[in-house]
Amino acid sequence: MISAHLPALQVVIPLLAAPACVVIRQFTATWLLALSVSWISFFIALSLLWQTFHLGTISYSLGGWAAPWGIEYRVDVVNAFVLTIVSGISSVVLLYAKESIEQETHIKRIHLVYTGWLLCLTGLLGITITGDVFNVFVFLEISSLSSYLLVSLGPDRRALTAAFQYLVMGTIGATFILIGVGLLYMMTGTLNMADLAQRIPEVEHTTTVHAGFAFLVLGISLKAAVFPLHYWLPNAYTFAPSAVTAFLAGTATKVSIYLLLRFFFDIFSETFSLRTMRLDVILLILGVIAIFSMSLVAVYQQNVKRMLAYSSVAQVGYMVIGISLATATGLTAGIIHLFNHALMKGALFLALGCIVYRLNSVELKDLAGAGRRMPWTMAAFVVGGLSLIGVPATVGFISKWYLVLAALERDWWWLAFMIVASSLLAVLYIWRVVETAYFKAAPAGHIKEAPLSLLLPTWILVAANIYFGINAVDTVNFAKRAADQLLGVF
Amino acid sequence: MSTIGLYNYWIVFFLMMSGLYVVIVSTNLIKKIIGLNIFQTSVFIFYISIGKVRGGTAPILADDITLYSNPLPHVLILTAIVVGVATTALGLALIVRIHTAFNSVDEEQIYTSKDSRD
Repeated sequence: MISAHLPALQVVIPLLAAPACVVIRQFTATWLLALSVSWISFFIALSLLWQTFHLGTISYSLGGWAAPWGIEYRVDVVNAFVLTIVSGISSVVLLYAKESIEQETHIKRIHLVYTGWLLCLTGLLGITITGDVFNVFVFLEISSLSSYLLVSLGPDRRALTAAFQYLVMGTIGATFILIGVGLLYMMTGTLNMADLAQRIPEVEHTTTVHAGFAFLVLGISLKAAVFPLHYWLPNAYTFAPSAVTAFLAGTATKVSIYLLLRFFFDIFSETFSLRTMRLDVILLILGVIAIFSMSLVAVYQQNVKRMLAYSSVAQVGYMVIGISLATATGLTAGIIHLFNHALMKGALFLALGCIVYRLNSVELKDLAGAGRRMPWTMAAFVVGGLSLIGVPATVGFISKWYLVLAALERDWWWLAFMIVASSLLAVLYIWRVVETAYFKAAPAGHIKEAPLSLLLPTWILVAANIYFGINAVDTVNFAKRAADQLLGVF
Repeated sequence: MSTIGLYNYWIVFFLMMSGLYVVIVSTNLIKKIIGLNIFQTSVFIFYISIGKVRGGTAPILADDITLYSNPLPHVLILTAIVVGVATTALGLALIVRIHTAFNSVDEEQIYTSKDSRD
């Protein structure tokens, strides 16, 4: 039956569609193909999520080779949740991509955007679904190589240098992961995650495993842009095409955070990774520095896209703080923020893409008066901004609420205070945009509102921000189940 | 086994550090790619070394072979080599386009050109 093969189809369908895009070349056709494939992936992810939530973990042996020898795809609540986020964001942003990409990319290169997009989607879904650590490396490189391509297709020539920077940093990160996997294989003789989890405790005290762990954490953190390894991110996000930025911001770093969770709590034990290796303290300090320093840097940016990019690094800081607390509530907060941040940054970058479509600029000064000329676009930006700040009735509030709750559970009033205080910095940088757009006189000339085809996807994400901000029961339930599973309560 | 006996790992260590050093220090983009290649090659040697069994032969199914090397790391590294080639190709392709756009392959010149300061 076909439904038994859903885990494989999740990855194989976008993988096969990618080369088809190169062959088809015609830009509307490639867009249609990418769009339909992405939506199919989304529905597969939803059905996997339903299955794992109600029926339990799915194990799929690729090619019929049994688990520790063959490659296993293992879907539980944690990665089914991430699969849904990744394919969902990709599907909504692809709705938007057509007009935005056609304006920002040379017509001869449009089909390459969709090819890269589908490959990137394949890679991200593959990293998430697989139960084999070497497979993680392969999919990581698929997604990375295609995202370098996607970044380089941006309209500005600086997109090329940004992509090159990203390539160098990304390759170092991926190679670190490869070294880590090698060191673990040396000590355990296995690559299967579940098998590794069983064999690691025996050799946990050896320097080899410690070194392997260090390489893995560094490599994945580089990919996740955990402060201070975020050097590649601001440029890549600033110069990539708008739709690509929204896609990458909502998915790529999230998948890396998921990998960190998987390694910390499933493959290694939580006592080893957080207590023995003292990562709880390290991550907490880095997270707190990130939310303050990066928000502060964001306040001083003149380029709005770069401002949001720095804010992304700060938001990764919140997730890292949630992980470092290592309690059920802390992890729940981290996982919820994974989902919520994808929604808010997606909405914000899409709104910004609408502005680029009409004004052809993301400089703050050029946004003067945009609030009156593009009311729907700017309204979307404002709601996304409120969500980023953490105003009640938006998803941002839910994340902050659980994070503060987790801090209070440990009786860390100072941390709760810092989380709230850093949100005030978000007020500052969002306010600068609002002030320019609504209270400054617009320059002469007529600017129309962005077309409906761009506004609609933007508002889908904005509506999701509000919907999941008011009705957070489902997301919280999923995140709680995921956290319990990671901590082994289940 | 003595420390010297595991000289493969010393080579890996040396290559890895020199590769990283080249990536960090050089401003020429092509040299950065060369550094990256050296860095990746060190990992290839590392994987090949961990699969090797002293005195073992190739893992062929034959009656008189009892001791053979572990083929799995060798197969894994084939994949990583392919990835490395792809990365190098993409990196070089980007350099070609950077050269057309900025008329230079030197980082310092590129980042001091007019529109690069913001």
